[in-house]
Amino acid sequence: MEQLVAVLIDGIIYSAWLFVAAVGLTLIYGVMKIVNVTHGSFYALGAYAAASITGWALRQGMPEGLSYAVLLGSALLITLVVAPAIERGILRFMYARDEVVILLITYALFLVLEDVIKLVWGVSPLFIAEPYGLLGSFDVLDLTYPYYNLILVGVAIACGAGLTWMLGHTRTGKLLVAVIHDTEVSRAMGINVERMYLITFTFGSLLAAIGGAFTAPTVSVVPGLGIEVIVLSFAVVVIGGLGSLPGAALGALIVGIVRSATVHYLPEAELFVIYFVMAMVLTFRPRGLFSLAEARKI
Amino acid sequence: MPAMKRIVAAAAVAALVPAFAVAQDAPVKVGVVSFLSGAAAGPFGVPARNGAEIMFEMLNAGKVPAPYNTAGFGGAKLQMNLVDESGGTTTQVTEFRNMVQRDNVDLVIGYISSGSCLGIAPVAEELKKLTVFFDCGTPRIFEERSYKYVFRTASTATMDSVGAALYVRDLRKGKIKSIAGINQNYAWGQDSWGDFEKSMAVLVPGVKVATSQMPKLFAGQYNAEISTILGAKADVVHSSFWDGDLEAFILQAGPRGLFKRSTVILTTGETAMYKLAERIPDGVVIGARGPYGPYAPDNELNKWFSSTFQDRYGVPPNYAAYQMAQAILGTKAAWEKAQAANGGKRPSDDQVIAAFERLTFTSPAGKVEMAIGNGHQAITETAYGVTKKVKGKMTIANVKRYPAEMVNPPDGMKAADWIANGFKK
Repeated sequence: MEQLVAVLIDGIIYSAWLFVAAVGLTLIYGVMKIVNVTHGSFYALGAYAAASITGWALRQGMPEGLSYAVLLGSALLITLVVAPAIERGILRFMYARDEVVILLITYALFLVLEDVIKLVWGVSPLFIAEPYGLLGSFDVLDLTYPYYNLILVGVAIACGAGLTWMLGHTRTGKLLVAVIHDTEVSRAMGINVERMYLITFTFGSLLAAIGGAFTAPTVSVVPGLGIEVIVLSFAVVVIGGLGSLPGAALGALIVGIVRSATVHYLPEAELFVIYFVMAMVLTFRPRGLFSLAEARKI
Repeated sequence: MPAMKRIVAAAAVAALVPAFAVAQDAPVKVGVVSFLSGAAAGPFGVPARNGAEIMFEMLNAGKVPAPYNTAGFGGAKLQMNLVDESGGTTTQVTEFRNMVQRDNVDLVIGYISSGSCLGIAPVAEELKKLTVFFDCGTPRIFEERSYKYVFRTASTATMDSVGAALYVRDLRKGKIKSIAGINQNYAWGQDSWGDFEKSMAVLVPGVKVATSQMPKLFAGQYNAEISTILGAKADVVHSSFWDGDLEAFILQAGPRGLFKRSTVILTTGETAMYKLAERIPDGVVIGARGPYGPYAPDNELNKWFSSTFQDRYGVPPNYAAYQMAQAILGTKAAWEKAQAANGGKRPSDDQVIAAFERLTFTSPAGKVEMAIGNGHQAITETAYGVTKKVKGKMTIANVKRYPAEMVNPPDGMKAADWIANGFKK
């Protein structure tokens, strides 16, 4: 019983982390039809910005309780500086090209940003561990968990709910849904698609940066941080169906719970279980669990 | 006509003499390979690179203390050809071929990852290039086959695991009923855990393995693994985690009480103990993969190396830096022994190799013996201790040292067989 509870809690925590890291990827694909490898860079940039700025603020005497707000603010700041510059400066000139070309461009940008990170922050690890233990811990049966894990779950729920509300209840969201369904018709109806692309890319990248920022207190922030995340994020969104928000949530939950159960009951299989799940889903649902129906264009 | 022949011969000799002189004084081109990017760069790769920079510069200037106070290698200046170890084994094999076949390096010193070493060793043999591994730990390299051109100047993971087992047995004094492990799922992690588990079975008969966790390298998130280990309630938890994984594990395990619930051994913990001093409580067993860092002996060479490193980089050298310095000094010792046997002339690769086999030399970490692996694999003593904060500063207490022969298998015997045989030949 205790182990089953632990599987669920660990699975939910891991799912929350995965969802925040991956949901921006599916949003960007849904609207822009870009498989955005740069997403991993924004995750890493969020972590670096959070570790630097929060660490600096704490050294200046900022109350530790404010560090969560600073983590969020750091992600916002770095995204607003970098994401629009990439979208306006590079990606917008590439939209007419084939999807594979844009994929390669985002991969190239990912490599460039990895080096930029090394240029700016060096290769020594950064730590910002204070927020992780600040709120204390709670016990479930015989296991101890920091309350910070609940913040991660809260951030994931807030991201998912906020995105759902934004797409369904705001003007910009509704315009985005129109673009998701048909870019050409949206453009013909007078929607400024290029502006939608800028908003989507920035917002999607912000979600990745938030994922990185809230992960920073639990890890050593080092170069290459985004590589592992981008691979896992692709697995999640492919399982859920590229471009589907509920798909990303379900994909993250499936991966999180299955991985957690494997670690607890069959640890030797942990290495491949995520990709096994992905293979099984794609065998029966080649476009993912929540793939969107597409009208055939003539 | 004979006069003409003599003139041609004299001209040929005259042309060759400067060429020989150039060859004799030509710099020794050394390929140095270490992680310069990725998660392993900060804690391992960059300190190792820094160790190499200091050693190359000081050796060229003849400023290293005796017995290494001659310039370069036998008077020939050293020239570094630095290569990043990141990118995986396939990339490293390509880089190695480039260094040997395009850049014409005279020898290669490098490699932190056991995966890199396992991939590079056969290629070094194929290309007949003297290659000195400075850090990687898997014992498989010289256990699975013999090499002529490959040497390793640091001890294997067997030493770390056997030393760790001896230390915790003495520390817990008969109070160990079960052990658990969390190690990375590749050669280094598997070998480290395998040797530790087998050693504990010999040293503490009847000990049970509560759980063995093997997350993938650079996984970063360990909540589920930590829950499993906490739930297993093992008396001792062994981890050979290194790089960012080690740091993430410490950050995540600390607030969950793992260090208080079990005796945790971090066999590479020395690389994180100062950076994460506030996150590591007292009583955690720390290894340094040999007598490096806080376990280094109090000799002139160590005083010089640690103070020079500290002055230049503002931090003490960690074990990766020590191991790099050790590899360079070992190669210098072999080179100069070969050169002396060659009448003072620049030695050939074969002569350096012959001198390197079964060589005993001194490094900042003390005595190093190329005693196993047919004289290609080093053994050293090792040491373990536990963390103890003194006035808020991280220190190591309760240090125990284990002689090289006690924690390394004898030549010609596989580590697993040696351990299973009760550490007897």
